Amino acid sequence: MANFFPRFRNSPAAAFTATVVVAAVLILLPFLFGQLGNAWVRALAFALLYVMLALGLNIVVGFAGLLDLGYIAFYAVGAYMYALLASPHLTSNFAWMAQTFPNGLHNSIWFVIPFGAGLAAMFGILLGAPVLKLRGDYLAIVTLGFGEIMRILMNNLNAPVNITNGPQGITLIDPISIGGISLAKTQTLFGIQFPSVYLYYYLFLVLAIITIVVCIRLQDSRLGRAWMAIREDELAARAMGINVRNVKLLAFSLGATFGGVAGAMFSAFQGFVSPESFTLNESIIVLAMVVLGGLGHIPGVVLGAVLLSLFPEVLRHTVAPLQMMLFGKVVIESEVLRMMLYGLAMVLIMLYRPKGLWPAPEHGINPSSRADAGKAQAA
Amino acid sequence: MDTFIQQAINGLVLGSMYSLIALGYTMVYGILNLINFAHGDVLTVGALTALSTILFLQAMLPGLPGWVLMLAGLLAAIPVCVTLSLVIERVAYRPLRNAPRLAPLITAIGVSIVIQTVAMLVWGRTYMTFPQLIPDLPLTFGEATVTLTKMMVIGLSAAVMIGLMLLVNRTRLGRAMRATAENPRVAGLMGVNPNFVIAMTFAIGASLAALAGVMLAATYGVAHFYMGFLPGLKAFTAAVLGGIGNIPGAMLGGLLLGLIEALGAGYIGELTGGVLGSHYQDIFAFLILVLVLIFRPSGLLGERVADRA
Amino acid sequence: MAETILRVAGVNKRFGGLQALADVGLEIERGQIYGLIGPNGAGKTTFFNVITGLYAPDSGTFELAGKPYSPSAVHRVAEAGIARTFQNIRLFPDMTALENVMVGRHVRTRATALGAILRTRATLAEERQIKQRAMELLEYVGIRRYADYQARTLAYGDQRRLEIARALATEPKLLALDEPAAGMNATEKMSLRGLLEHIGSDGITILLIEHDVKLVMGLCDRLTVLDYGKIIAAGAPGDVQRNPAVIAAYLGGGHNFAAKGEAA
Repeated sequence: MANFFPRFRNSPAAAFTATVVVAAVLILLPFLFGQLGNAWVRALAFALLYVMLALGLNIVVGFAGLLDLGYIAFYAVGAYMYALLASPHLTSNFAWMAQTFPNGLHNSIWFVIPFGAGLAAMFGILLGAPVLKLRGDYLAIVTLGFGEIMRILMNNLNAPVNITNGPQGITLIDPISIGGISLAKTQTLFGIQFPSVYLYYYLFLVLAIITIVVCIRLQDSRLGRAWMAIREDELAARAMGINVRNVKLLAFSLGATFGGVAGAMFSAFQGFVSPESFTLNESIIVLAMVVLGGLGHIPGVVLGAVLLSLFPEVLRHTVAPLQMMLFGKVVIESEVLRMMLYGLAMVLIMLYRPKGLWPAPEHGINPSSRADAGKAQAA
Repeated sequence: MDTFIQQAINGLVLGSMYSLIALGYTMVYGILNLINFAHGDVLTVGALTALSTILFLQAMLPGLPGWVLMLAGLLAAIPVCVTLSLVIERVAYRPLRNAPRLAPLITAIGVSIVIQTVAMLVWGRTYMTFPQLIPDLPLTFGEATVTLTKMMVIGLSAAVMIGLMLLVNRTRLGRAMRATAENPRVAGLMGVNPNFVIAMTFAIGASLAALAGVMLAATYGVAHFYMGFLPGLKAFTAAVLGGIGNIPGAMLGGLLLGLIEALGAGYIGELTGGVLGSHYQDIFAFLILVLVLIFRPSGLLGERVADRA
Repeated sequence: MAETILRVAGVNKRFGGLQALADVGLEIERGQIYGLIGPNGAGKTTFFNVITGLYAPDSGTFELAGKPYSPSAVHRVAEAGIARTFQNIRLFPDMTALENVMVGRHVRTRATALGAILRTRATLAEERQIKQRAMELLEYVGIRRYADYQARTLAYGDQRRLEIARALATEPKLLALDEPAAGMNATEKMSLRGLLEHIGSDGITILLIEHDVKLVMGLCDRLTVLDYGKIIAAGAPGDVQRNPAVIAAYLGGGHNFAAKGEAA
């Protein structure tokens, strides 16, 4: 809590209270929104996935300053990995698979998460290694290219060997089960009913919180300082002995791991994956979340992710009826409106609030800024 | 061998269009060091505007000859694209000229998305047919056939590119553009108005995009709100291949990319023993992009840029 | 026999048609303060950039503390033990002074990403040490009170000191300073000289490029003079000062500063 709101640093009691309150709200949230319908709880769950994605991309773009336009590729890797490891696809398409796994392929979450993280990290290194020496905009375009290549591969690797099942995607993916409790069924605890979507929400909440904590720890570490140094002056960073290439690669692959884990969760949650979920637009949406929220600032990025993923839901439920009321028909579909607003948001933020909606507070003392003048005097 | 000639001609057609689009990217990058992400969408708007004009005229004045409709479409598309491009420059890029490089890139992406969605609203999501206005009269070279449309694409592109080279190398404006590309501040001190030159650069690029858009629609017979994305990206690849910022490079890169893509698509089946089909052809452009940027970022005709302090 | 910290010989560097460095070399012994001087454009910064890995030389041999090193990668050079500052100060402007120096500790510390994520005891201990050492260095160069200030808000002279502190954080065998006194007034230069002498007397070897002849003459144990990429003189400041070639190329006529160890 103290990391999100610096004013809590001086008051552990206040920080503790705030934490408890926030925790309570987060736990009760699905019940509140559930009154409006399970669709809203689903939206919350997706928002949490986006939080993970945005934080992962934030490591790459915000901490290390590398503009990755193909980040969604790691999401895809995680999603398809889980899809292959926990669905009938492989066993029904490859006889030898069916023989090796007569009960079908199922994998527990305790295996999937580390494996997904590791696989994504590997891809991060694979994709990052050749391109890290490139300048900003070139890097952006190359990563965009990688993302597209990944999507095209997903779309076409159904012949001659059917790995990804092409545009139809892979279905019948196992839901997550923890300790024998399947998240796909409603569970009852202490007499309270928890529908499946609530259970996923809680799982994602835990993962999102872990992601936040990890990011905070990375930021305040030797590595985090190295990233910041590279962002500020790459040559000086080199001159201080920082192996810029490796450090950038680390950013890339760490960022990728969050994407991969989120992807695996997405796969399980949705029950099926197809290349359509992993388009350039998705990469751009995640980038918009990072930029809108506050590049490099963890609380800002979380805010950006939540806003940009929930706002379209709000739109969808209000815009259509509103237009019906005003015009008698739906002039602008909510999907289109959503993308348009993303685009506008990116332009407007860059023009008017380039540091984001919730930028990092001024770092260090600046005697010419009024707020710090007092501190400067005292020092 | 006939496949070769056929595919080579297809490659030239494709390449000519890529060249026209690539020129827009390369000129803007040369002056502003900015990748104009929205360029592909300007192309889309051009093609769709032309289509709307043509359909409108066809309804209003049936019986107009095909080439008149084509011309009308083009004449409608170009001002629209130029205006759009100038507005984008003024509103989204100019305020960020001195911002860190990430900012204009993100803005450009945002602008691109906005244009796409607006196009979606105005023209709908469906793929629309672009009418066959130029008679089909196929001409034969050996065993390969070429339609008149394709010949016109190649011919018109070549003419336009020659015109551009003359503009850049022989006129005052061209000199001003080259000077501004090298050093805007000093050019300014020499009496060149950088804002004007930049605006002209965008305008020229937009006109070429409009032309390319109409050509694309006419050649493939289809137009839709997302049609500019892939050609735009590939044209950018072409610009990089030729050496970003380098005008002859963009032309060369475009033609080369078109040829590689067409020949690749034609032969990929044979080359890989039937493993990979021609729908992998899009990957070619991306692979070339990635490989060029990794191994020779200055492109074929560009200068080697030392990136050590 | 004093230990040779840096031994460089036969460095050639050509940029297109210009021979920026022609057969340049020098030897610096431990604890010396070594000056590299010459008129503008003589190749001093080019030489610096070569030995610290920014430019690849056309030829040359390089030895640091007896071990050959290849100046191919800037960070390897720093790792090997040459820390440099830049002519136009390259701090990390938005980081605090303390953080700037902490970055200097990067190359001598080992905490990994995993250690950071798991907050292992070893990582936390190392972090404490990094912070402590950084504070000590800030104190050493005299800007401890600015520890939490953004680096770019520091006064010019303090920024130079910060850059030196950061370089010292890398525990260099050789501290290479590119025009540390540039842009300073007389008082600041005196202060800087005091700091450099202090550093020298603490046993750290220094190589510096400087334009201020008075500063160089009073501070350095040995000099090498470059002109048009070639060495025109090398030796004790007093000798160099009297060398007619040097006078002709650089000093003009009639200057007579007290060289180190000599009466005026």
